[in-house]
Amino acid sequence: MSTVAFAVIAILTLAAALAAATLQKLMHAALSFAVMFVGISAFFFLLGAEFVGLVQIFVYIGAVAVLIVFTILLTRDDTGKVRSFNWGGVIVAIAVFVGLVWAIAKTKSLPLTPSQIEPITVQRIGELLMTNYVWPLQCVGVLLTAALIGALILVMEEKS
Amino acid sequence: MSGRAPDWLVQIISSLINIVALLGVFLTLFALISVLERKILGRMQNRYGPNRVGPFGLFQPVADGIKMLIKEDIVPARADKIVHFLAPVLIAAAAILTLGVIPYGRNMTPFTIDGGILFFFAVGSATELMVFMAGWGSNNKYSMLGAMRAIAQMISYELPLIITVLPVVMIVGSLNPDKIVGAQAAYSLGFIPHWFVFTPWGATAFILFFVSGLVESNRTPFDVPEGESEIVAGHMTEYSGFKYATFFMAEYIGMFAISGLGVTLFLGGWHAPVHFLEFIPSYVWFFVKLSILLFVYIWLRGTLPRTRIDQIMNFAWKFMLPMAFTCVVAAAVWHYTGRGLRGWLWSLAVIAAVYFTLSILLDTRRKFAPRTYRFAE
Repeated sequence: MSTVAFAVIAILTLAAALAAATLQKLMHAALSFAVMFVGISAFFFLLGAEFVGLVQIFVYIGAVAVLIVFTILLTRDDTGKVRSFNWGGVIVAIAVFVGLVWAIAKTKSLPLTPSQIEPITVQRIGELLMTNYVWPLQCVGVLLTAALIGALILVMEEKS
Repeated sequence: MSGRAPDWLVQIISSLINIVALLGVFLTLFALISVLERKILGRMQNRYGPNRVGPFGLFQPVADGIKMLIKEDIVPARADKIVHFLAPVLIAAAAILTLGVIPYGRNMTPFTIDGGILFFFAVGSATELMVFMAGWGSNNKYSMLGAMRAIAQMISYELPLIITVLPVVMIVGSLNPDKIVGAQAAYSLGFIPHWFVFTPWGATAFILFFVSGLVESNRTPFDVPEGESEIVAGHMTEYSGFKYATFFMAEYIGMFAISGLGVTLFLGGWHAPVHFLEFIPSYVWFFVKLSILLFVYIWLRGTLPRTRIDQIMNFAWKFMLPMAFTCVVAAAVWHYTGRGLRGWLWSLAVIAAVYFTLSILLDTRRKFAPRTYRFAE
């Protein structure tokens, strides 16, 4: 069952990623990118990491995809035009892929028995965030507040 | 395991039963509410409303459905065909998915998941992208403007919406809707239910949640994305026939979902208001509470005029957001002063202090000056 699900999700995710890289219209590429994010969150669900999967949808579909789409819409007027194939991107992608495969192949896989992994619940994540990782959390909070204030200053009306 | 169906078959069939039940109940409710809304609005505006088809006009939704189905499906020549087609399909799918995590009765949660509340908002936040697809795919200025307005107000109000849920999650200590309902199960003296709406922070959070829910489901008085007098019908301008009906349905289902979540979070879910009435089935109580909230939605539509987009934005960032944060603080105060009468009074004091400070700060009545226009000079 889970093997079949893995295969289906993998094919869909890869197809969406490929579409995002090759589609002619920029907006279509952005939307396929969003589909790919859904595929990745489906993987997280399949692995039992519900929280990560949900945050993936929340952040990447609800925020990042909307941000990308808006950026495309607001910064360029050639959204309808056809773009040419980007060979530089292909070379970068292949380099990253080879690097990742090399790193993964070099890493020794640790023997893990299923009983050792306790299920990661939302409650456990919350406890860890509030104890071990409280300072990183606070730093992210400060960073986001700074970004919010920066955005406000950018759009504030100048009094003449 | 002999004599039993294989596990995967059991899994698929039990999911299918859930899906069919959800769709059956909520599509029927949609049909019912569409005619009831017109009836109630008619009553409020001193007219009859639909009363021709069937007894009391109850078969009106059937007639509407047939009309929508046989209408010509018009797609603009320069529209992006695929995106234009996918937008209503996906928007309805997202709306129906959010229904899955709400507990409708005792052991009646279709999709039990540890982070149910998070699931609700994660899937709900995807709606913004679908609205954008509808606006952009139509290749029409009005559609795009409507989509922009819709996304702007949805993003702005998502913040207070989620932050008002936070105090409940904090007090219960779980994102699981079943546990949140379970935390509101007790009664004081046998007749005062421990619903969160009866605490000062809960009442404030519920009102803020309800208003944000109004905005998220694009209902009057926050229906500027549709704004038919300014931008025709917003992102739905270029949709006709059944695609338009799908948008309409998604909007109503979103309204059911957000009201259902409100019932779960603040109104005690499927619990009875008094202890000796618990013998009435739990789902009856859930749907009674849901119907009351839906009636308030219709009531507001019948009585309030549409607000301007800048008023909506100012309201979100200057009033709703600080009040939502205050709810979080007040819930913490309630928790640390012992969850009793003392905690009740202290959290009320916190909320009242912030409320009055905000109303003094945001008071614009004291500035008497000739009216200025930014763009319409």
